[in-house]
Amino acid sequence: MITIEVDKLNKSYSGIKAIEDISFTINENELFGFIGPDGAGKTTIFRILTTLLIPDSGWAIIKGYDTVKDFKKLRQILGYMPGRFSLYQDLSVEENLTFFATIFGTTLEENYELIKDIYSHIEPFKNRIAGKLSGGMKQKLALSCALIHKPEVLILDEPTTGVDAVSRKEFWQMLKGLQQKGITIVVSTPYMDEASLCDRVALIQKGQIMAIETPQNIIKLFGKPLYSIHGNNLYSLKNDILYFGQCENAYLFGQNIHYSGKGIVNQDELYDYLLKKGHTNVEIKQIEPGIEDCFMKSMAGEEEN
Amino acid sequence: MKNQEIIIKVNNLVKKFGDFVANDHLTFEVYKGEIFGFLGANGAGKTTAIRILCGLSSPTSGDVLVAGFNAYTQSEDIKRNIGYMSQKFSLYDDLTVFENIQFYAGIYGIRSKIIKQRTDELLLKLGLENDRNKLIRDIPLGWKQKLAFSVAVFHKPDLVFLDEPTGGVDPITRRQFWDMIYQASAEGITVFVTTHYMDEAEYCNRVCIMSDGRISDIDSPSALKTKYNASNMDEVFYKIARNIE
Repeated sequence: MITIEVDKLNKSYSGIKAIEDISFTINENELFGFIGPDGAGKTTIFRILTTLLIPDSGWAIIKGYDTVKDFKKLRQILGYMPGRFSLYQDLSVEENLTFFATIFGTTLEENYELIKDIYSHIEPFKNRIAGKLSGGMKQKLALSCALIHKPEVLILDEPTTGVDAVSRKEFWQMLKGLQQKGITIVVSTPYMDEASLCDRVALIQKGQIMAIETPQNIIKLFGKPLYSIHGNNLYSLKNDILYFGQCENAYLFGQNIHYSGKGIVNQDELYDYLLKKGHTNVEIKQIEPGIEDCFMKSMAGEEEN
Repeated sequence: MKNQEIIIKVNNLVKKFGDFVANDHLTFEVYKGEIFGFLGANGAGKTTAIRILCGLSSPTSGDVLVAGFNAYTQSEDIKRNIGYMSQKFSLYDDLTVFENIQFYAGIYGIRSKIIKQRTDELLLKLGLENDRNKLIRDIPLGWKQKLAFSVAVFHKPDLVFLDEPTGGVDPITRRQFWDMIYQASAEGITVFVTTHYMDEAEYCNRVCIMSDGRISDIDSPSALKTKYNASNMDEVFYKIARNIE
């Protein structure tokens, strides 16, 4: 069943096109991710979905309500966690929650069960001023406030940006938990590794959607073998690989280099070439591409066109 | 092999805000030409420490020497000899590319003739020759960050501080940015960088992990992976955060 339907959204700011012909559907109870860097258009799309922005053209319908005509009704059933910390820094944790609950005509007690798993982490600090919470705790508070009125659809704009790797993992576990409670969740993130945690993802870059697929299918779209190369002195290794005639792309990935070739890859030829260049401890093996590999391949493809 | 000359020397650094101890007896050294990674959860005390190292804040106690200058008495000298760039602020949106370069270079006392020459070289290298007179707000984020880094090292400082410089940037630009960091390091500039991307932690010569105001560990990525029996820095970070060894 379709919960969100969007057709050819366009929006420009001062003549610069922020999003172009954006169309997608999101199903009931899906965990749907928008993956792309800053400036890709994620926030613009989310502001339209949450009735905060009117598109130049196109429409968006959530649970049968139009985001422009039926904004009042929609605001009752949407939960929104915007990109920057948007709670009241000078109110305490409990005061923030009570405030948002009151605005939506409910109380903290009424929906406590829904937020319990998340709120329990910060409940010991309920009298602390929100501005004095750490990044991870601020996120949990913002998420609790977005859920306080038991929304049917939860929209989270880059909830994990600027937060450490461990808190990020924890946050996604919480989202999965919420999904099991029947909420449809739409999330944006610049972290490619988080894409694999979604049911489906939209890869977005420069105001356009490049692909909408399950994470597994995105990987299939890579369309050619990918190799991981390791050796001493990674940086100079990468530079030499780039000069290898057959090389299409070579990118640093932590302690390895991800390599794709122009045609059939001859591993032995590449290995001999690198040894001749004086590299030691060279290892080449085929690997399955990740979302980041696929994203960069799409980007590189766009650049060529 | 990196020069073993020490460019940052910190001994028992303590910084308190009232009763709250933000930095709790930090001791470490950074070597010239190193790419030194500074990791830790938000609230761990990284920004507090960096502000002290940049000469923006005084320690409560302990010894801090940056580029040979005393953090208590010579903070202005520290500022003159370092570069700084962060994700949150790098360049002025309402000035052009050239105006930004001129402004920052001017602050560091570089002469107009040299500014012009270095600017031409820089814009050519970044492929921004035709964007000289564009407002920063009109150039894409990835280019802005690369330009900001170049501006941060324009005056050829010995040491540059990068505070989450690649946050939110697309994966290709992130890697191009690290190419620039590698190049700066090869030219002898020491790079002190914080990041939440664990794959970037792998690119550093050594990594310092902070937690609750203290240093949890400090070593090369490969030594840390061996010590914590981890296959990548993500796992190292996770194990330290969860106090497992």
